[in-house]
Amino acid sequence: MPADLVTPTDAPQPEDNSRRSFLKLSGGIVGLALAPPLAAQAERLTAYSKTIEGATDLTLRINGQVRTVRAEPRVTLLDALRERLDLTGTKKGCDHGQCGACTVHIDGQRVNSCLTLAVMAQGKEITTIEGLAKGDELHPMQEAFLKHDGFQCGYCTPGQIMSGVACVKEGHAKTDDQAREWMSGNLCRCGAYANILAAVREVAGKA
Amino acid sequence: MNDFSYTQAATAKEATGILKDQPTAAYIAGGTTLLDMMKANLLEPPQLVDINSLPFKGIEQTKDGLRIGAMERMSAVGEHPLLVQQFPAVSQSLLLAASPQLRNMASIGGNILQRTRCGYFRDAAFPCNKRVPGSGCPAIAGDNHNLAILGVSESCIANSYPGDLSVALAAFDAVLTLENQKGKQRRVPITEFYLLPGKTPQKETVLEPGELIVAVTIPTATHAQRSTYLKVRERSSYAYALASAAVGLDVQGGTIRSARVALGGVGAQPWRSREAEKVLTGQPATEATFRAAATAALREAQPRSENGYKVELAQNTLVRALQQVAGA
Repeated sequence: MPADLVTPTDAPQPEDNSRRSFLKLSGGIVGLALAPPLAAQAERLTAYSKTIEGATDLTLRINGQVRTVRAEPRVTLLDALRERLDLTGTKKGCDHGQCGACTVHIDGQRVNSCLTLAVMAQGKEITTIEGLAKGDELHPMQEAFLKHDGFQCGYCTPGQIMSGVACVKEGHAKTDDQAREWMSGNLCRCGAYANILAAVREVAGKA
Repeated sequence: MNDFSYTQAATAKEATGILKDQPTAAYIAGGTTLLDMMKANLLEPPQLVDINSLPFKGIEQTKDGLRIGAMERMSAVGEHPLLVQQFPAVSQSLLLAASPQLRNMASIGGNILQRTRCGYFRDAAFPCNKRVPGSGCPAIAGDNHNLAILGVSESCIANSYPGDLSVALAAFDAVLTLENQKGKQRRVPITEFYLLPGKTPQKETVLEPGELIVAVTIPTATHAQRSTYLKVRERSSYAYALASAAVGLDVQGGTIRSARVALGGVGAQPWRSREAEKVLTGQPATEATFRAAATAALREAQPRSENGYKVELAQNTLVRALQQVAGA
């Protein structure tokens, strides 16, 4: 891959990734007892935050529970949920932020978990479809989807419901047109839109 | 997606310092463009530097206008009362873009730096002068129905910035504050920030290596208050613009005192049309004037095999946007 894609210029690539290997070796005491050739570089390095490389233990707060998952920085929140934490309610559709099947809430806001790195979701409150019901008591949005038959195959449904809950909470479901616009990040290939809209609007009316 | 290391930078100095040592590292804020492209193997940075902790935040009134921190999210900015009141077109450009989920994630700085949706750029199996300089441009004689007709070159006809926000920012004379690796800040008007493709389509902006977007400032103006952003898409929501227009008018007694016009979806960069503004200024706010402005805006258009429709579409989009603002 050409370097110009990564930075906007033809900046030369260093011959090795010395800073990274150096950090790895020296851990938390960078800047101390350095050989002279590294001293100038080390002066800058002393202020650096910790760099995470390879699989490490990540701590995620999901549906009110603290969970630990060992994963590389490249693992998305979606993959961490589905493949490592057995929370398979959140679905993988396009994996590119285009379909909304992977919608979860982070600190109360709806986001695409396929474009969120698990490492960056640490310290935040994550809510998935599994976290909506209280025991056997379904969330009103789940009840409304059942009542209005807001699905056919059901694959987009967890994302639709998570998006619907946020949409109502944001105050963006006050009219049919507004709810359609603010639910447009969730695609349904079965075309259950009319019933999804009815479910979202019913919950908005009760809110 | 390639393996990479991850560093959460606490300060701008730290973030830029890391890119000085590791020029192929990439900054990450919302990640909606970066991770999408990494999943397609279009970018393979060995290290990601998380800049979300940087203090480039806040939306505040300054003597130069409304200043928006680059780390603010599209959703929060789009619905901010100061933006809605003073710059309706900018607010609309944000809320008509992407999806609610993506707007909650994407930063203002990242939005300004989003990359083209040209299918040849986004598929590593194809040649592309923007991705691999000198490899050729299959779009010129290929699938170009959604590509640009203004400012294009024989090397590239992509709309390098496919989004909405920068179109509205270009119309209303927004200025970016940038910070380089020496900690020095400079101000660049957004109309001078993007580069036309020419023979070097791989160079898209004037950003130096490792330079960060700190903030965007939009000067307060009467024509910005009376403004709109009209976006025409293949479906009614959650799609890129085929054509869009950000317009603002200061009309007094039926005469246009000042006008601002920028077009989206049709330019190799967000397309400020000073030609259209010249036609509008001092003239009566009538459809005849708006038609003349639209003709002027598209005079230099270079349509290709499949995007000829954009000439008329952009003209009509501009006329309708001007009518909406004039009637308001």
